Amino acid sequence: MSNRHKKPSSFGSRGPHRHMGGRTIEKAKDPKGTLRRLFSYLKPFKLQLSIVAALVVTSTLLSLLGPYFIGVAIDQYIATSDVEGLLQISVLMLSTYLASSIFSMGGGWMMATIAQRVLRNLRKRLFEHLQTLSLSFFDRRPIGDLMSRITNDIDTINQALTQNVTQLITNLITSVGIIVIMFGLNVWLALGSLLAFPIMVGIAALVGKRTRSGFRSLQMNMGRLNSNMEETLSGERTVIAFEQQKKALASFNRINNATRDSAIQAMSYAFLIPPLMGILSNVNIAVVAGLGGWLVINGFATIGLIAIFISYSRKFAQPLRHIANLYNSIQSALAGSERIFEIIDKQPEIQDDPDAVPIGKIKGEVIFDHVNFSYVPEVPVLKNVSLHAEPGQTIALVGPTGAGKTTIVNVLTRFYDIHSGNIMIDGHDIRKVQKDTLRKQMGIVLQDVFLFSGTVIDNIRYGRPDATNEECIAAAKLADADQFIRRLPKGYKTELSERGSNLSQGQRQLLSIARAIISDPSILILDEATSSVDTRTEVRIQKAFLKLMEGRTSFVIAHRLSTIRNADQVLVIDKGRIIERGTHKQLLKQKGFYYNLYMSQFKGIDLTPKKYAKTRSEN
Amino acid sequence: MSALTRIIRFVKPYKRDAILAMIFLVLVVGVDLSIPRLVQVIIDQGVTPENMEVIFNTSIIMIGASILSALLIIINTLLSVRVAQNFAADVRKSIYHKIQSFSFGNLDNFQTGRLLVRLTSDINQVQMVVFFSLRMLIRAPLLLVGSIGIMIATNYQLAMILLMLLPLTLLLTVVFIRIAQPLFKKVQKRLENINQILQENLSGIRVVKAFVRRNYENKRFDKANIDLMDQNVKFARLISVLFPIMLLLINISAVAVIYFGGLQAIVGSFTVGEIMAFISYLLSTMFPMLMLAMMAGQISAANVSAERMIEVIDSVPRVQDKSGAVALPKIKGRVIFKDVYFSYNGSGSEPVLENINLVAEPGQTVAILGATGSGKSSLINLIPRLYDVTKGRVSIDNIDVRDVTQSSLRSQIGICLQEAVLFSGNIRDNIKYGRDDAAEEDVITAAKAAQAHEFIMSFPDGYDSVIGQRGVNLSGGQKQRIAIARTLLINPKILILDDSTSVVDVETEVKIQNALWKLMKGRTSFIIAQRVSTVLSADKIVVLNGGKIVAEGNHAELMKKSPIYREIYESQLGNGGNINE
Repeated sequence: MSNRHKKPSSFGSRGPHRHMGGRTIEKAKDPKGTLRRLFSYLKPFKLQLSIVAALVVTSTLLSLLGPYFIGVAIDQYIATSDVEGLLQISVLMLSTYLASSIFSMGGGWMMATIAQRVLRNLRKRLFEHLQTLSLSFFDRRPIGDLMSRITNDIDTINQALTQNVTQLITNLITSVGIIVIMFGLNVWLALGSLLAFPIMVGIAALVGKRTRSGFRSLQMNMGRLNSNMEETLSGERTVIAFEQQKKALASFNRINNATRDSAIQAMSYAFLIPPLMGILSNVNIAVVAGLGGWLVINGFATIGLIAIFISYSRKFAQPLRHIANLYNSIQSALAGSERIFEIIDKQPEIQDDPDAVPIGKIKGEVIFDHVNFSYVPEVPVLKNVSLHAEPGQTIALVGPTGAGKTTIVNVLTRFYDIHSGNIMIDGHDIRKVQKDTLRKQMGIVLQDVFLFSGTVIDNIRYGRPDATNEECIAAAKLADADQFIRRLPKGYKTELSERGSNLSQGQRQLLSIARAIISDPSILILDEATSSVDTRTEVRIQKAFLKLMEGRTSFVIAHRLSTIRNADQVLVIDKGRIIERGTHKQLLKQKGFYYNLYMSQFKGIDLTPKKYAKTRSEN
Repeated sequence: MSALTRIIRFVKPYKRDAILAMIFLVLVVGVDLSIPRLVQVIIDQGVTPENMEVIFNTSIIMIGASILSALLIIINTLLSVRVAQNFAADVRKSIYHKIQSFSFGNLDNFQTGRLLVRLTSDINQVQMVVFFSLRMLIRAPLLLVGSIGIMIATNYQLAMILLMLLPLTLLLTVVFIRIAQPLFKKVQKRLENINQILQENLSGIRVVKAFVRRNYENKRFDKANIDLMDQNVKFARLISVLFPIMLLLINISAVAVIYFGGLQAIVGSFTVGEIMAFISYLLSTMFPMLMLAMMAGQISAANVSAERMIEVIDSVPRVQDKSGAVALPKIKGRVIFKDVYFSYNGSGSEPVLENINLVAEPGQTVAILGATGSGKSSLINLIPRLYDVTKGRVSIDNIDVRDVTQSSLRSQIGICLQEAVLFSGNIRDNIKYGRDDAAEEDVITAAKAAQAHEFIMSFPDGYDSVIGQRGVNLSGGQKQRIAIARTLLINPKILILDDSTSVVDVETEVKIQNALWKLMKGRTSFIIAQRVSTVLSADKIVVLNGGKIVAEGNHAELMKKSPIYREIYESQLGNGGNINE
């Protein structure tokens, strides 16, 4: 048991963590590393990407020929009045441009597909990773923020990938190509037109730093805004009942404004760069014209050459402006990626041991041996809990709210790992077996009923995907849900709205019981399974439960003690300790905690015929 | 585009900045247009006659002009960013505002995950259009018109040849919008699907884990994921062909200028400098045309988004204050249901409540019992107007609840909903949720009555303990008790408890009960509970079955006359009724 503690304890990492949705802007991370990881998602498309690159490069090179042809046309044909030649070079230009467009379309078309595939993979990876994380992770993370990462943050990458990868290639080649050609034509003119270039790059780099941190705080605020809206909207009914819309709006307004402000900041910096690049191009033209004019006058260049240079200078501006825009969207994508990789890098606190084995069909012997557990370090929830359930036994867990009953379920299912002690099922330490094979054999009805949107029968089938319709209906009948389901507009095919809000709470519980029944578990766990069900229905379900519990080890948490009278063992839990144990009858005889608890439910009810008669006579 | 124009109206408060931004751009266009002309001057008046001074001076003017234009663009950008982001924040606020005016009935129709897409992604689409419009809307057409004008002035015949391309571009843009719009509508729809799945999965993660349905969830998500990808691919492909086509059109024009201009130059009616300037102007038409094409794509996407936002904005709250609704005066608490019918989807659908007649006198406690789904919650939801009756009326002190303002009504009614929803924040904030100004003693008194004080004090931080989202770090019973304290704190004249202690242990419940009996004095109370013990001493017990009241009276009366009640009673005690067994 001790070697397991080599893993970082799940609670060690709880530590003094950032507050949820952390307000502080994190320190600049490693942009190169993030970019490299982002590129790793492009790897599977290496072949397609090289085709795209080839297409785009070809297209760009072809389009670069354009201005050159213009100069040729002016110097060789127009100057010499060669009409025939002018036509030929025009046709040549036309076909070059046409070919360039076709190649560029092909590249863009392919890239569109690749980019979306990459995004799908990224979303998939993120979602699947989330599914492996432990509950304690979700306890700390606002749902809205996680959602924002999968949608808003991935969208920043979408912007960068779809619009920009091909453009980046085009623009880089264009600018490099132009530089090369210019140097080939006239070194002095070329040097002149590049004069302002280093200054602009310097400014861009300076602004870029600000841009990235701006986008980072923008994405973080988007996450906070999304969490705020998600929490309020999913609790909207409470907001309405308490007429607290104003309060909801106030907190929303605060975050909405903060998001706006950080957007203004990020965007203002981001969009400084393109106009700066615009200056560069015009300065270039001026330099070329001025310097070129001097060269022509002194016989070092021709007018045609200047025409070519001016044309290239203008062309040079376009890719620079694009690269500046690209730079922004890459900054924004980097900020988004950081948030995505932050989640992907989270290790599940509860992981299968590398040598964990499938547990196999279990008989259902459950042993807790001096189990200690707490959710937060200072507040122990389970203290030295020991219990022994024989296969097929029914164990009732009884005690005041907050005593730790649900926590026993949480550690038995390995939703959380215990601090010290041992939990054994059929003699296996549950930390040494694959947790999926364990949970698959447990049927759990959780206290908080959660249904998914979809049909009624889909929700029942959630317990076992391969269950037939008949089996689902049989389970519903057993859970006493069949009757109300048939009265629904479309019976078993009725669509449930979000979390089943079109059903009553009791009906939702009945469905979740059916869902547990269909999973045909070896260990059955009922955590307040019928708390919102009326007692007459409960009596009927009770009978079903008794049948269901035959041959299965069952843990039953219930406050209505009538539910637990037939249990093989009743464990009374108070403040995280088992304080009494025995059968119902034994515990009543003890006249201890359980006795009082049991009696309290009849307080006020006149049980004896005499008292009952008295009440009657009073009326 | 009507949806978009409606949403765009939110720019109004920033009209001044928006107009200013566009004015700055007009100046930029001036500079932009002057550059090719200056180049022409350099060539024709400087280089050809070998006049170094003209070359030098003109170059300086050009540099000055371009710095000026960059400054103007920067100012424009700063203004545009401000306008666009303020616009986005305002639209979001307005939609969110609208959602806050929703009643339960509206919420039944909008899922959280879907609303969130409209509040983020859709707003972003429209915001981008506003932003680009401010930067391009004036500049691009002006540049286009200016360039064309100068081209016509420079060489009429050549310009005419080029202008033939214009209708072609226009046609292309229209066709593009036609194709793009439905595509984008589907993109957003599928984005919504994925968001909804995500939201459900994350809020139901315990169930997913309990049933080991990770693979199923992964598949479900990926299916939506692939759907989104397919649609995105279609949309992105469309855009990927648009640009090369536009570019091709412009390049064809350039070739035309060279050829036809060249022919004229050979004849001598056109100078080389003019050809150069002409091509320059041509390239400056290229920029606005590309921009306009890009805008066309964005506008069509934004219109779809605008429609989706308007769907929320135009939703009529199912429960609304009547025009001329007055504040409900301080009530005594006489609640009357008169011939009430109710169904969730209006009079056409299956009624949930039928012919309910019920009177609760001030100070009385009315308990409601009945099978799961018999309409108990629906019944009490009508009192604070969480839903409106389909027929009949609910009145308080003889005033129809529909005649008074919702806020005055609900401020006098404390309802503890079945699901104890807590918000992130500390325990004190949660208890004070309905009454911000409550004094600390009142908070503690309410918590004590709800039997929550003791466990709250057992936490290291007491009332300052931070509750995780949805109260994850509290047990079900603890959440319910905080919810009860929250309701008690608003000190309502009418108290409604909808199965509020279902997962509280019996002993604690009895204590809550005892505390409540004291607190309920002088208040009209409605209690839904499963346990008979909870309702025994009620003044009136109402038994619901299939949406109808089947029995009404106190415990003793009902034991005599209602077989259903007797059955409920006995089901509670079972054979345990005889504890001496």
